[in-house]
Amino acid sequence: MSAHPTSRQFKDNASRAIADKQLTGNLKAVRQNFIDKRLKAVKELPEFEVLRESAKEIKNHTLAHLDLYLEKYEAKVRESGGHVHFARDAAEARQIALDICRKVGAKTVTKGKSMITEEVGLNAYLEANGIVPVETDLGEYIIQLRGEAPSHIIAPAVHLNKNQIESDFRRVHTHLDPARDLTEKTSLLTEARAVLRERFLAADVGITGANFLIAETGTSIIVTNEGNGDLTQILPKVHVVMASIEKMVPTLEDVSQILRLLARSATGQEMSCYTTFSTGPRRPGDVDGPEEYHVIILDNGRSAMLGGEFQDMLRCIRCAACMNHCPVYHQIGGHAYGWIYPGPMGSVLTPSLIGVDEAGHLPNASTFCGRCESVCPMKIPLPKMMRHWREREFERNLNPAVARYGLGFWAFFAKRPKLYAFSTRLAMKAMKLLGRSKGSFSMLLGVGAWTKYRDFAVPEGETFQAKWKRERGGK
Amino acid sequence: MTEARDSIFASIRRSLAVKGDERIRAGIVEDRLDRAPKGIIPTRAQVDHGEKLELLLKKLEGVQATFARLENAAKIPAAVADYLRSNNLPATIRKGDDPRLAGLPWSETALEVSDGRSDGHDLNAISHAEAAIAETGTLVLTSGHENPTTLNFLPDNHIVVLNASDLVGDLEAIWPRLRKKFGKGEMPRTVNCITGASRSGDIEQTILLGAHGPRRLHVLVVEG
Repeated sequence: MSAHPTSRQFKDNASRAIADKQLTGNLKAVRQNFIDKRLKAVKELPEFEVLRESAKEIKNHTLAHLDLYLEKYEAKVRESGGHVHFARDAAEARQIALDICRKVGAKTVTKGKSMITEEVGLNAYLEANGIVPVETDLGEYIIQLRGEAPSHIIAPAVHLNKNQIESDFRRVHTHLDPARDLTEKTSLLTEARAVLRERFLAADVGITGANFLIAETGTSIIVTNEGNGDLTQILPKVHVVMASIEKMVPTLEDVSQILRLLARSATGQEMSCYTTFSTGPRRPGDVDGPEEYHVIILDNGRSAMLGGEFQDMLRCIRCAACMNHCPVYHQIGGHAYGWIYPGPMGSVLTPSLIGVDEAGHLPNASTFCGRCESVCPMKIPLPKMMRHWREREFERNLNPAVARYGLGFWAFFAKRPKLYAFSTRLAMKAMKLLGRSKGSFSMLLGVGAWTKYRDFAVPEGETFQAKWKRERGGK
Repeated sequence: MTEARDSIFASIRRSLAVKGDERIRAGIVEDRLDRAPKGIIPTRAQVDHGEKLELLLKKLEGVQATFARLENAAKIPAAVADYLRSNNLPATIRKGDDPRLAGLPWSETALEVSDGRSDGHDLNAISHAEAAIAETGTLVLTSGHENPTTLNFLPDNHIVVLNASDLVGDLEAIWPRLRKKFGKGEMPRTVNCITGASRSGDIEQTILLGAHGPRRLHVLVVEG
């Protein structure tokens, strides 16, 4: 069992999100900021397109040899004095993390921003076992105070505005002067910095994710802007890395190619402020750094995606460009998707990880505009894979009855071209006659849900096929 | 534990329709790890040393870092004192025991110099970079008692010394240097690639400097 999903209620979630004026107002920032910044960074690197191809090949090669690279990686981590643990599912990953914390008698744990630990529901588990997890990325810290899940994979608190954050800080930071001025964004940041600084220095264990694992050297990489991930991993006695199997890359040269795409696609930076390569624990002579270094490698359904129609999804580097460019995400934000991975990448990944029964609605949350695929640095064919899920959903009779019968009705005609041509010709003529005076229909029988939000233009009286035949003369 | 490991490897191999002992696959993997082929290298940093330096300085400005160019290493203490004074910062500095910093005329300044890791109460620190990457304005620092990693993150103001001769064009050019120094397939415990001061965009997407790491990053480029 992973973090509890509400993806079954996607439609209700989405309706509620659209009706939430505060949320939709806050989400405008996504559209304005991420898209422009990415575009500028891409324009300044003429090699961006060829780098996408290079990165795609690197990941495809790695996935095709994943068992061998994992073995190499594991051996290198051990050589450098680190420990490697394998977890088949979320429960095993949580247990391993808890056991490491218990062994050193940990009371508090600082955390770098990590989607994997969200996926396995690590915080709730540690808390239930008497260990206090402290999120240290500013966005993650804010949503932890609110008891929320991230609504975006790189900007977890993007659904909130500064007034909401201020009231959370006032509610939780009760040891501070209630009359303090928090109107400026910088005062919020300064307050979080001071509060979290104490937590960094007191933590017994630091847990981070990894953007990449390097087989050549047994290295884990984190990419951050705040520096919180670094303070998380260098100050406590123990550093625990939790990462999924597909984070693997062969060499330092290979990861360099992908790093050029990651920050540009995510925040429009050429490099994030801190790209940190960690290999094993403190060395002889070191005056800082963790005494123990552990890596928990999680599968949680990913090995089953290899070799199949969803393998391409394992190239994902979690940059969030797909959701930043998604018109559906822009309207509803991340929480409506009901699990921790929102937007197009989530619509493909979530059904793979928690099942199509649970998340079957998500692949329908797309207009198929194709922007996600066009901006994906790893060239993942997201719309195509959403279509695969829709087909599976249909095959398994998971669609609502109306959609099934509707499609069945359409299929009956589509398989009989002459009947199809005859009936559509008839229908178009009839609709032209009926709508002659109005110009458009504000209501149509049988598709009320569609016309509820838009009008249907009155047809010109001729079908496309008939027009094609007439203009091309049957050629 | 080994049960989980075995079952994950079995599942990967089942999905890939391989057994894991195929000679050809093993050969391909060995070859890649051995050769570490370079991919696409952007042309922007494939320029002569002078232009690389200009590019680095431009990129540093682009990430709100400041810099000063020094004729030789002996000028470092005075440059540090100047920087702290001009930013109204206390005349204190924390450093590791890097010999390149230890042998400098610190006593000629009014700076209070202390050595060792940071416990979180140092305002200012100085480190010596292993290298820098012109392509993106990135400083490369390696861990160890000479330049403790805590100095890169805990102090409010981080000053980094770069020998201009340690400047490379692209990210990939770092790796042969590290392999030569630490051995093939080996890495120092931590390699920090630092591009600008700490920042966050988590409050309404507004970029604010000084999130958890240093609020200011100042680079001293030693050209002699």
